[in-house]
Amino acid sequence: MTASLSAPGSSVMGRSAWLEPWLATLPAPSGPLEAVQVRGRRALREQPLPSSRQEDWRFTDLSLLQQLQQAPGAGDAAAAASAAALPPPAPGALRLVLDGRSDPLAGVTLPEGLQALNPLEIGQGLGHTLAATGCEQHWPVELNHAAAGTLLALRVTARHSVRLELVSAAGAGLLPLRLLLVLEEKAELEVNQLLLAPGPGAISLVLEAHLARSARLHHGLVALGHPEAALLGHLALEQEPESSANLTAVSAGWGLARLEPRVLQVDGQAVTTLRGLQVVDGRQIADTHSHVRFNGPEGQLDQLHKVVAAGQGRSVFNGAVRVPREAQRTNAAQLSRSLLLSDRARIDTKPELEIVADDVKCAHGATVSSLQTDELFYLQSRGIGADQAAQLLQRAFCEEVLRVLPAVARAWCPLEALQRQDGLA
Amino acid sequence: MIRSDAPVLLEIRDLQARVEDKAILKGVNLTVRAGEIHAVMGRNGSGKSTLSKVLAGHPAYTVTGGSVTYRGDNLLELDPEQRARIGVFLGFQYPVEIPGVSNLEFLRVATNARRGEKGEEELDTFAFEDLVRERLKVVQMDPAFLERSVNEGFSGGEKKRNEILQMALLEPVVAILDETDSGLDIDALRIVAGGVNQLAGPDNATLLITHYQRLLDAITPDYVHVMAAGRILRTGGKELALELEQRGYDWVDEELAALEAAGDRTPVEVG
Repeated sequence: MTASLSAPGSSVMGRSAWLEPWLATLPAPSGPLEAVQVRGRRALREQPLPSSRQEDWRFTDLSLLQQLQQAPGAGDAAAAASAAALPPPAPGALRLVLDGRSDPLAGVTLPEGLQALNPLEIGQGLGHTLAATGCEQHWPVELNHAAAGTLLALRVTARHSVRLELVSAAGAGLLPLRLLLVLEEKAELEVNQLLLAPGPGAISLVLEAHLARSARLHHGLVALGHPEAALLGHLALEQEPESSANLTAVSAGWGLARLEPRVLQVDGQAVTTLRGLQVVDGRQIADTHSHVRFNGPEGQLDQLHKVVAAGQGRSVFNGAVRVPREAQRTNAAQLSRSLLLSDRARIDTKPELEIVADDVKCAHGATVSSLQTDELFYLQSRGIGADQAAQLLQRAFCEEVLRVLPAVARAWCPLEALQRQDGLA
Repeated sequence: MIRSDAPVLLEIRDLQARVEDKAILKGVNLTVRAGEIHAVMGRNGSGKSTLSKVLAGHPAYTVTGGSVTYRGDNLLELDPEQRARIGVFLGFQYPVEIPGVSNLEFLRVATNARRGEKGEEELDTFAFEDLVRERLKVVQMDPAFLERSVNEGFSGGEKKRNEILQMALLEPVVAILDETDSGLDIDALRIVAGGVNQLAGPDNATLLITHYQRLLDAITPDYVHVMAAGRILRTGGKELALELEQRGYDWVDEELAALEAAGDRTPVEVG
């Protein structure tokens, strides 16, 4: 399985190799997502698989998905154990386990300010943000459409503040996760989401969130995978003016981790903060394609994407920022920083700024470096061994992203897990 | 404090070193005994800082000849971290900023590495905090600096104080302070020099590398060495530093030319 990752640039496998048999394992469309399932399965049959001939998929090898021979949501003991081993929820936080099969709200009393959306609201809201951010027909989204049988659809009511913890652990097969979050005016939501894949498997995450005026969302994603596991994630946001969104995503250990944060500031005047940290080792691939569009004036974006690449790991970052004519006085900054720990690791980083408005500030930058000799020597000259010094410096590099994770996500010790899983020095 | 029967801590013999293809040290000789304070002075490019980095084991420098023994053992075969653990300390001219590494954690890891070598118990977080708060007094540092990243955003004076704080925690046997006075205003110089004086004792030794006499007003050296062209040209008492201050370094060039013409590489003792 891993060997198939060694052919970057080759065309991905043909659809017939696994897709039809996999689609055949899916239960007949039913439930609140019936229409979505029908749509997704049709799309998968009609759309070609992403191929390395497409610019957006040039370096992304989907071979790992060939293993999806089992029914969605099939869990195993290792996955259950890894979820059970977590520290207890933070005080005041509601923890929900998303296993792709059962209703995550069954038997749960929702705190004040948090409501489940009714079928009518789901019908109106589901897919809206995916369409608005231009990704509803993306192949990974259609994969999720085809497979997802459950949905977590929640509303945070006006002026309320809610903390959620969402935990998912993948077993064999695909674990599809579908979320729809609606934040009313001045609502505040902190979501800490943990995705685990202790063995071979795959997770497909599609999250849509709509932030009304002055709403605040803080989403911290910690995704710890396995060299034979794949993660495909779309995080789509619509922001009304004066809202604030902070998306922080940390991933490590996945054979393939592809994350696509997509943000639309529907009328500008909102604040978006994106933080990303991806760690690759062995032959792993981490691929982030972000897309932020300002459809109005005075929007703000602060984006920092960091990568630690060891072994023969490969990291791809493509950061698209769209500033049309109506988005005057946009203030956007994007920085990509990569730490290269091996001669054989590869980093591909590309800002993609499309600026039509003439009164804007849009800064971007990219750095790729290895550990600094002077920093290593300074630590060594204080008695700290070379390996420990390197580890301290790697941790320091990651810390800039990790420190913006909410406290509870930090308590999941992502960095220790990153270093343990990836065998970083 | 000179005591002829004090044990030799550092013995440098005909030390030669280069960086890339450029020879910098061309035969340095120096003996440092317990209880002594040595000052090494010289122009820019004379090899002073290279000497300090070679002693600490900087990987950019290659030793091409000579020897350095530390308490009788070959220092040059040790990694930088091993040298530090056994008591060799380099105070950096330009302390490195390391964003993301907490100063407190850095100090604790370093202190425990040294303690482990000495056979002492490692300090846990709480015990270390007690120790570090006590040692902060040596350099009159605000405890808030412990919470920041190593040297990040520190002023020049704060960085040098942080160096002396590390020295206070690591309790080195031989401390090499590379231009510790550079970039310090008078108050900071007084505090840093006061710290060095407090830490100097009969069982350790200090090697001060400096351009200027002003540091030596605050820290009285037992020996002053003048470096030029990669070797120690003259050795004397503290009055040699005063002479340098008055006469500048031009005479050093003249002496160097004369000595090189005569093929002599022996340092000149004065005083």
